[in-house]
Amino acid sequence: MTQTSSQARPERRSRFIDKNLWWLMPGPAVLLLFVLTILPLIFNLVLSTQDRFVSAAQPSSFVGLGNYLDILKDERFWNSVWQMTKFTLIAVPAQLVLGLLIALLLNRQVPAQGLVRALILLPMISTPVAIALIWALMFNPQLGVLNYFLETLGLERSLWVADERLAIPALALVDIWQWTPLVAIILLAGLQTMPEEPFEAARIDGASPWQLFWRITWPLLQPTLFAALTLRMIDALKTFDIIEVITQGGPGIASETLNVYAFRAGFEFFRVGYAASLLTMLLLLVTAIAVGVNLLRRTR
Amino acid sequence: MTFLRTRAGRDRLNNWVLNTLLLLVLVVLLFPFVWMILTSLRDQVQNTSAIPVWWFWPTLQNYRDVIVGNNFLFFTFNSLVIAAAATGLGLLFGLPAAYAIARFKLRGLAAWILVSRIIPYITFLLPWFLVFSSLRLIDTYLALIVTHLIITLPMIIWVMIAFFEDIPIDLEEAAMVDGMTRFGTFLRIVIPLVMPGVVTASILAFIYSWNQFLFSLILAGPNTKTVPVAVFNFISYGSINFGGIAAAAVLITLPVVILSLIVQRHIVRGLTSGGVKG
Repeated sequence: MTQTSSQARPERRSRFIDKNLWWLMPGPAVLLLFVLTILPLIFNLVLSTQDRFVSAAQPSSFVGLGNYLDILKDERFWNSVWQMTKFTLIAVPAQLVLGLLIALLLNRQVPAQGLVRALILLPMISTPVAIALIWALMFNPQLGVLNYFLETLGLERSLWVADERLAIPALALVDIWQWTPLVAIILLAGLQTMPEEPFEAARIDGASPWQLFWRITWPLLQPTLFAALTLRMIDALKTFDIIEVITQGGPGIASETLNVYAFRAGFEFFRVGYAASLLTMLLLLVTAIAVGVNLLRRTR
Repeated sequence: MTFLRTRAGRDRLNNWVLNTLLLLVLVVLLFPFVWMILTSLRDQVQNTSAIPVWWFWPTLQNYRDVIVGNNFLFFTFNSLVIAAAATGLGLLFGLPAAYAIARFKLRGLAAWILVSRIIPYITFLLPWFLVFSSLRLIDTYLALIVTHLIITLPMIIWVMIAFFEDIPIDLEEAAMVDGMTRFGTFLRIVIPLVMPGVVTASILAFIYSWNQFLFSLILAGPNTKTVPVAVFNFISYGSINFGGIAAAAVLITLPVVILSLIVQRHIVRGLTSGGVKG
């Protein structure tokens, strides 16, 4: 080998790298995410067609769509879908309304702005297990501080999460407390990037603050609102930590969402095949809702 | 009420009302934290009183019980190792990926990574559990670190795309005209410029890995149990009282709060970039 070609080789190699950088750079991350997400999804789909238990003593057998047919007849499945829907329908609209109000409160000269923004982040940054523990203490029917507040206000004490009918609304309350700040911050970002001109023009024409909000802010905020709605819908449907720590799906199965039911089926009853089909249903539901919200956004 | 007739007076009143409302919001948002700290500093008698005790001599006994009696430092060490390793590997894989997405405009890839956010984590957990059990990797750091990458990697990529997009391309072109390779430019010119972004992304990734509960609940064991799962177990065995639970909650949350305050200015951008930019 001659002198020149051995000098040219590193040169050529670096040119090769530069030319192929567009796939070499994201390649490892994509491969990793593929192995960690897509392969498990496929495996999960395969599992869902089997009658399989964790213990090796019981051989797994192919049942096709059998698990899915069983699911449709499973009252506990329908209960879990209903609880999940209830949780989301209580939590998310409340977060959007309260989040918008807080965003409007923050969208002006606020005293100690930096401190206020730092404090507002705390609920969503804190460890969910810790949050769940502290709310569980506050919900305690005998000694919880929430009942003390109710009594001080002259209201009746409540069983909170120990009451079958109140378990889901109470858990949704925790979710509202935890995630309203995120909605507020997303909407605040939307408010602050709005163009000034339409507001100035409207003000010159003598528009009232009320008109300014409904005629200009509200339509301009639509994309941001839909982004917040999508994000929160998806996450609310997937809520696990708060529910598992505070109620474990109880009392009975009164607050058992699909997420929690699938977890029980898989990791406590060890019905792997059945749990896998429950998870497929969860995935279908979450995807359908994500797509649905996006379609809604397009039509607006 | 004469001042209400002037515009400045009305504005002042308006501002006063709005600030009061904001204060009310903050009180509601912060009360659970205040209550958690108060509970952690009271003894069992004070905590089980029918009327809340607001004034008392604080005691650190609950913290002592949790830390000494429950091997808390060991679980903290586990959490630290797993979150740090998952964040480090997340940077290693995520930074080049985010740069490529920003520079080569790989919109489809960005969308695909965002889609992985829709999928409930629990859907991956069942297959992971079966695979890791057959490989005898349950209760190892390896299993937990690899699975925590599903949190840290997308988080780092989303946050960093925005930061890379803000770097003017002229800078890189100038360096390449001077004979630097594109990858060399990335390493020596671009990365130092996005350091604030790297810090933000790392801290966010660390926080969400630290907070993770579900994966450790299934994949960890006595040797690798993380703090959230350890604390959840204390309460299921009923070995800890009100004060102890609150003290444990304070101890889990404290590192996360301190970290979030350090990058407070950037954290809003980091948190919303996944949501709004999608």
